[in-house]
Amino acid sequence: MTDTVTSTPTPAPTPPPRKSRVGGSRLAAVLRLREFPVALALILLVLITYAANPLFLSPQGTKDLLLNATIIIILAVGQAIVIITRNVDLSVGSILGLVAFGTGSLFANVPGIPIIAVFAVGLAFGAILGAINGLLVTLARVPALVITLGTLYIYRGLNNAWAGGTQYFAGDRPDEFGALSVDTILGFPIITLLAVLVVVIVAIVMAGTRAGRDLYAIGSDPDAATLFGIPVGRRVFIAFAVNGLLAGLAGVLYASRFNSVGATTGTGLELDVVAAAVVGGVAIFGGSGSVVGAAIGALLLTTITSALTALRVDKFWQQAIVGVLILAAIIIDRVASIRTARRLRMSEARDV
Amino acid sequence: MELFRTRTGRATRARRIATIAASAATIALIATGCAAGGGSESGEGSGAEGDQTITFIPKQLNNPYTDVVLGGGEEGAEEAGFASSAVVGPLDASASSQVSFINAETQAGTNVIVIAANDPDAVCSALEEARTGGAKIVAFDSDANPDCRDVFISQVVAKEVALIQVELIAEQIGGAGEIAILSATANATNQNEWIKFMEEELASNPDYADIELVAKVYGDDDDTKSFQEAQGLMQAYPNLKGIISPTTVGIAATARYLSESEYKGKVALTGLGLPNEMRPFVKDGTVTEFALWDPAQLGYVAAFAGKALADGDITGAVGDTFEAGELGEREIEEGGIVIVGPPTVFNADNIDDYDF
Amino acid sequence: MSDPRSTETVEPTATSTVSADTTKTLRDEPRGRTGWARILLGRDAIMIYLLIATIIIAMISIPRFASPVTVGFLLLDVIPVLLIAMPMTLIIITGEIDLSVASIAGLTSALMGVLWQAGWDIGIVLVLGLVIGVLAGMFNGFLVAVFGLPSLAVTIGTLALFRGLALVVIGDNAVANFPPELTGFFTSKIGATGIPTVMIGVVLIVAVFGVILHFTPFGRGLYALGFSTEAARFVGIHVARSKFWLYVASGGVSALAGIFWTLRYSSARSDNASGLELAVIAAVLLGGVSIFGGKGSIPGVVAGVLLIGTINYALRLGRVSDVVLIIVTGTLLIASVVAPSIFDAVKRRRHDRRVRRELPQAQPSGSVSA
Repeated sequence: MTDTVTSTPTPAPTPPPRKSRVGGSRLAAVLRLREFPVALALILLVLITYAANPLFLSPQGTKDLLLNATIIIILAVGQAIVIITRNVDLSVGSILGLVAFGTGSLFANVPGIPIIAVFAVGLAFGAILGAINGLLVTLARVPALVITLGTLYIYRGLNNAWAGGTQYFAGDRPDEFGALSVDTILGFPIITLLAVLVVVIVAIVMAGTRAGRDLYAIGSDPDAATLFGIPVGRRVFIAFAVNGLLAGLAGVLYASRFNSVGATTGTGLELDVVAAAVVGGVAIFGGSGSVVGAAIGALLLTTITSALTALRVDKFWQQAIVGVLILAAIIIDRVASIRTARRLRMSEARDV
Repeated sequence: MELFRTRTGRATRARRIATIAASAATIALIATGCAAGGGSESGEGSGAEGDQTITFIPKQLNNPYTDVVLGGGEEGAEEAGFASSAVVGPLDASASSQVSFINAETQAGTNVIVIAANDPDAVCSALEEARTGGAKIVAFDSDANPDCRDVFISQVVAKEVALIQVELIAEQIGGAGEIAILSATANATNQNEWIKFMEEELASNPDYADIELVAKVYGDDDDTKSFQEAQGLMQAYPNLKGIISPTTVGIAATARYLSESEYKGKVALTGLGLPNEMRPFVKDGTVTEFALWDPAQLGYVAAFAGKALADGDITGAVGDTFEAGELGEREIEEGGIVIVGPPTVFNADNIDDYDF
Repeated sequence: MSDPRSTETVEPTATSTVSADTTKTLRDEPRGRTGWARILLGRDAIMIYLLIATIIIAMISIPRFASPVTVGFLLLDVIPVLLIAMPMTLIIITGEIDLSVASIAGLTSALMGVLWQAGWDIGIVLVLGLVIGVLAGMFNGFLVAVFGLPSLAVTIGTLALFRGLALVVIGDNAVANFPPELTGFFTSKIGATGIPTVMIGVVLIVAVFGVILHFTPFGRGLYALGFSTEAARFVGIHVARSKFWLYVASGGVSALAGIFWTLRYSSARSDNASGLELAVIAAVLLGGVSIFGGKGSIPGVVAGVLLIGTINYALRLGRVSDVVLIIVTGTLLIASVVAPSIFDAVKRRRHDRRVRRELPQAQPSGSVSA
């Protein structure tokens, strides 16, 4: 992360993965954005639900909607960083669980500890767990799927061993800490604003810095990235560490929002998070997509759950709908990339 | 092709060394695991009287309510004279996950298996097999299929606990309005029985004629899920006046949601909760009154029932009686059920007197 | 995925800093083993030794482990994983993956419950259970093989979709009253051996997959596919068709596992077998199948499945908490993939140093490709 300051106008060694053509109108460019279909789906969903049940967008309804999405948004942003490098991290649910329990136990065992210190410890803890993943993946050169499947079990096991039957409840934590997920600024809960801040920062880093562009290059073609002199191992390692850090943040926020943290906190979250990223247009084989898309994907998935309840639709449909959305996202992605490839071929042919 | 061959040749040897190393590590791991497990089991024998063993299989390990129940159970097991007691169980409360634990206990020759069934039928054939092997089966907390257990230790009379919750909610909402139930899993035997009695009471008792049960939702005893179900109820039923949550996880999660939302104090909440978990919500006014029995007594009585069965003092027939330590004599009632005691109602005045 | 340029690299590892010219053999480099030595010292054989060692340790240190009862309970526990591991092995060898297997089993279970509840004949219920699995597999196969979509993403989607359909079909209900003769059959044992009767069918299925993979041109073709889709196409392998049928097989076998699950526990529910996909993949990888494709064998996988099953059962019999169990599972999984590649890396570095010493003109840093 040493060379993040240098901005991109210098001719980057790797071509950006997608470049909107100069000739197309601005509208067409927006329509071609990867984030467009998922954003459209989200808007339609919210409008339809609102029309059927106005309570859906009442101040309390909106607040709940945003709060529900907050934690998944943060996790999806971290996951997007990792997926863009053609890796995946399945252990995020377990990391979140460990950090959430750690947060509970810090407040319980160190009375009067400043909240900011708890955040620092939580983030560092998450980053370490993520770094272990990164180290194993980069050093051993084994697919992240396998490594993080292993650490998914191991971290969860450690969480169980550490927590046993102990749970820490909201009552054990200072009121100001719980207030983070209750109080609002301009209708936005504080922790949601925090999540938005995370999305903005990461999006800027990914799009505007050398290190961020490198991640796309690595995901598009690891071998070529190596040849171009990109420190692939180091970049991938940092991607995992940052993902762990964000999972740690999500863990701390989980402890602020929910009543109890214990041995099973965050179980099964990994597939929701990967699904959010994929629905948001992050290609599972790396190299394309954006963290903004992943964040919108996360918002869409959590909004579906709330919308179904608000519409009193049988909640059993929810998971099937999520499945259909994921498949739709992949197919849209494939169609778009075929069209881009054809356009590229045609323009190349013209140039020749 | 030459390229492949030489490469694989080299790789194979390295891989072999690596695999041997990994094997050694694994064997070491297993050996330590076994040693750790074996240690606590020394001196355990099967059959002989005075040398009996008892194992508790809760719905799921690492659940605070379960821990209190098991604490009472282990105390009871010691007082009743079991040579050793153990607690085993799955980390997730799924239907089939308890079966392999029952199998292992069958094989270990455990004399008494005390189980809280996640699914009354899924555990049935495994329990049947355990009985064939000579074990006595005591169900507690949540019943197994009556065909495959000897007795069921019930917290309270099912109807009584259902009625007390309806009474509490009626009182808190002023006897009229919409209410909802937030339960655990849809298949939990105990939950469904209570809900059935609640529905019957609401339909038949003229005092409750103005109360309408509009929804039943399931939080699966998962904190996050229960929380979101509570939230969904508010949105889907704007006129909701009260919620009954007959499960400790559900009531705590709902209380947490209400306490931080605009519905605090407007929507009443009652049900079954642990005093330690509910204390802040009673103090801040989110919850006025809720109920529960003493969970430790449940485990305690189950241990004594197991002892009486193993000694052959009772067979599980209706009318059999046994001594349950300091809790006195208990009788087996219709359906092979033993009742532990009446529920307690907790509120701001008495909640500090309890610690569980 | 299918980037034509990367076909010559055997394993698309993240970083290969030094890829020196490997076409020349060095004088004192060890040769590949042949004949018996190769079989007795191969990865599969080691998995089997490991399994035997584990069983012996368990027999010595855990009272009552050494009994036919163990065989029965242990096998009943591993059957679903063992079944699904068979098509999964073939799929991973071709470089793809199927994460939807447990959801297919759940969907089968849910459908069986609803049909049986509605009073259908049990024979038809079983057939339709199998049919729905095959259809689900065809759906996966269509998206992956015909459309060429990435299998990881597709099967994450169908994992949610099929489980969701199971919920839609049966909701929160559980159906338990299957015919006792049938549920009894599924837990019955062959005489005094303790071996479950259904093992006969399971062994047959394992044998079929073993023969297909190791003794047919189709099976050999799968390895080629895993190494390089392009090369496989060149030598005349029907890439799309092969993959399609593998997913169909995976759907069918997952449905069988769902049927077994439903009748063994005599409980049809939407959440049956949930999470099983991770256990299956862990066992398959532990059994020596490379996640990159192109490597692996049925005997190795069977040993891998049984190894995890044995550790599981032994620890439970020894009343060691499941906490230890999941930590051991995770560690085993990582150790089984990390250890070989670390040794490979050390080996490679030593080899590269020797190349540089003996062939001074060889250039480090792969200027070969690009």
